[in-house]
Amino acid sequence: MAWVKNRVLAVLVLAGLAAALGLSFLTQAPNRLAAGSGISLVQLVSDTGGQPIDAWLALLPALLLVGAIFMHPARSTQILVCLAATLLLTGLAGMAASHATRLAGQSGAIARTSLGGGFWLLAAFSWLAATDAMQRLAQKPIWRLLGVGVVIVPLGLLLGGGAFKDLSLLKEYANRQDVFNAALWQHVQIVLASLLPALLIGVPLGLASSRSRALRPPLFAVLNVIQTVPSIALFALLMAPLALLAASVPVLAQLGIKGIGLAPAVIALTLYALLPLARSTAAGLSQVPQPVIEAAQGMGLTARQVFWRVELPLALPVFLAGLRVATVQTIGMAVVAALIGAGGFGAIVFQGLLSGALDLVLLGVLPVVAMAVAVDALLKALALALEPNVND
Amino acid sequence: MIELQHVSKAFNGLTVIDDLILHIARGEFTVILGSSGSGKSTLLKMMNRLLEHDSGRILFAGDEIRSCRPEALRRRMGYAIQSVGLFPHWSVEKNIATVPTLLKWPSDRIHDRVTELMTLLQLDAKLYRKRYPHQLSGGQQQRVGVARALAGKPEVLLMDEPFGALDPVTRAALQLEIARIHKALGTTIVLVTHDIDEALSLATRIVLLDQGRIVQSGTPLQMLSAPANDFVTDFFGRGDVGIKLLGLQSVATRLRAGERAAGEPVLASSSLHDALSIFLSRRVDRLPVVDGDGHALGAIDFADLLDLRP
Repeated sequence: MAWVKNRVLAVLVLAGLAAALGLSFLTQAPNRLAAGSGISLVQLVSDTGGQPIDAWLALLPALLLVGAIFMHPARSTQILVCLAATLLLTGLAGMAASHATRLAGQSGAIARTSLGGGFWLLAAFSWLAATDAMQRLAQKPIWRLLGVGVVIVPLGLLLGGGAFKDLSLLKEYANRQDVFNAALWQHVQIVLASLLPALLIGVPLGLASSRSRALRPPLFAVLNVIQTVPSIALFALLMAPLALLAASVPVLAQLGIKGIGLAPAVIALTLYALLPLARSTAAGLSQVPQPVIEAAQGMGLTARQVFWRVELPLALPVFLAGLRVATVQTIGMAVVAALIGAGGFGAIVFQGLLSGALDLVLLGVLPVVAMAVAVDALLKALALALEPNVND
Repeated sequence: MIELQHVSKAFNGLTVIDDLILHIARGEFTVILGSSGSGKSTLLKMMNRLLEHDSGRILFAGDEIRSCRPEALRRRMGYAIQSVGLFPHWSVEKNIATVPTLLKWPSDRIHDRVTELMTLLQLDAKLYRKRYPHQLSGGQQQRVGVARALAGKPEVLLMDEPFGALDPVTRAALQLEIARIHKALGTTIVLVTHDIDEALSLATRIVLLDQGRIVQSGTPLQMLSAPANDFVTDFFGRGDVGIKLLGLQSVATRLRAGERAAGEPVLASSSLHDALSIFLSRRVDRLPVVDGDGHALGAIDFADLLDLRP
């Protein structure tokens, strides 16, 4: 096996090959609810409908990737893998899109072409190949992060240009554009409305627990218990008291607080976000080396200066990691909040589940995933930017 | 400069400093020496109010230290500690500029002061100014720590086991450095250590502490040649007091001016301890003595080493 120079790539290519041959690349269904029949990648390539350019766009980079397995892992090879994988990802999507457009022309308006398991796996593998090559190329984590983002730029351009409009997923979007936009806005609203109070409560709690040893065990015991309650149970637990509260205090009811809807969702998500925020605040502050604080005091910094100039900046990276966890967790959990009528992407997901329209489910899930990944990357980049530069 | 009058301090009912009286004169290099638990660190931290004393009075430049805000007091005193305590998120320059910044010096004056101190501590200002602490070696970090402590032109420099974490070679180099700085600037220095050799080589005055009380205080020579009791003798090492004494005196003190001897010369400024080593290794009983420029000054006999003159 000495001639295999890049084992990661070899595994990805083999797995990709299996996915390409074993799973359907697209599925074609007579309408949005009926079960479709699969179209394999081989069928697709052999039947390019007079547009072989599409097939070559995917095949050529695939061959390059196979070749790169056996090439000496120099910088140039990694750049090649990066480019080939990006091209493959774009080519696969392009192929799916153009085929969908052609099928839409042949069969009627209600026929649906969906992306199959083969496409999703191949897309994931090419993205992994690009990411892996990027990791080997870039020294600084910030460049890796940016590089991984760049890989999906061509896809974004295709999406923006309307290339995918005949895929079932995008048809679902076109049918429910206003619902989708409202859901996006609601989702962001739920997340922000939960995180803001969580920050306002969690950070001071973490601060207090790092200052007072006695507070720490009971505080984290309570927060841990909250964390272990399943979200649906917590939503349900909040419904009765909130309904009662709204009934007895009409002012609150006028403000929109009631047993179902936004209020219980925001309260529950706030409670869940408290643990990561309070814990990371406490952990961040407690890992500031004691000698550094003593030196700062001995130098004549006031207690306030010690906090703002020394403790806070040194605790920030750990705190940002906690904020990341809390944000990503809230974005994900907000989906479930749709069950108690809070809206957001969860509403689309559950509508899809109930009507058995898989693409509608995806329409709700994908933006949530994208949002979580984007916020995660953003906060990671922020944490990296705050660290003093090692390689100057 | 600093005067402690009947100062006591207890932690949870346990007496750490017991009715202590100490006067630290301006320009002196005082080393507070003691084993761990003797209260030496507590004593130092009471001087800049990182710890508050329970009873008695502590005067700094004539004023009771509680008469002003602790921050204002600390900015008049330099402070350097063992694990350096450099701010990891600040560059060398910003670390050194800590106190001048707190004192609101104008920025060009701070810039010049940083350059001046880095030069004083033999750190290349151009090269290291913008570096971060983790990019420096342990010795360089400690140099920055000392520079930072000196930056605000403090009236007194407090050092809490500043060289404890360094390897022997780096430690020796920094000890020389701090002795040189003391000589050059005339700053009053109070240094806490448990390292006997460090105390003997740096101090103009040693304060030996045990269980919160001063056992004896005096010049290194006095501590070795006239120990107050058995504790002092044992602390400095009963077995090699003689050797340590030789380390405190220079060849110049036993010089037979104008006399001649054959062989490789010794420097007049080297210690008698070094001279003893040369006598033994060369198996001779007479050595020529020269000054720093290599001019012959005279000779020294092996027997002269026995002539202890405290």
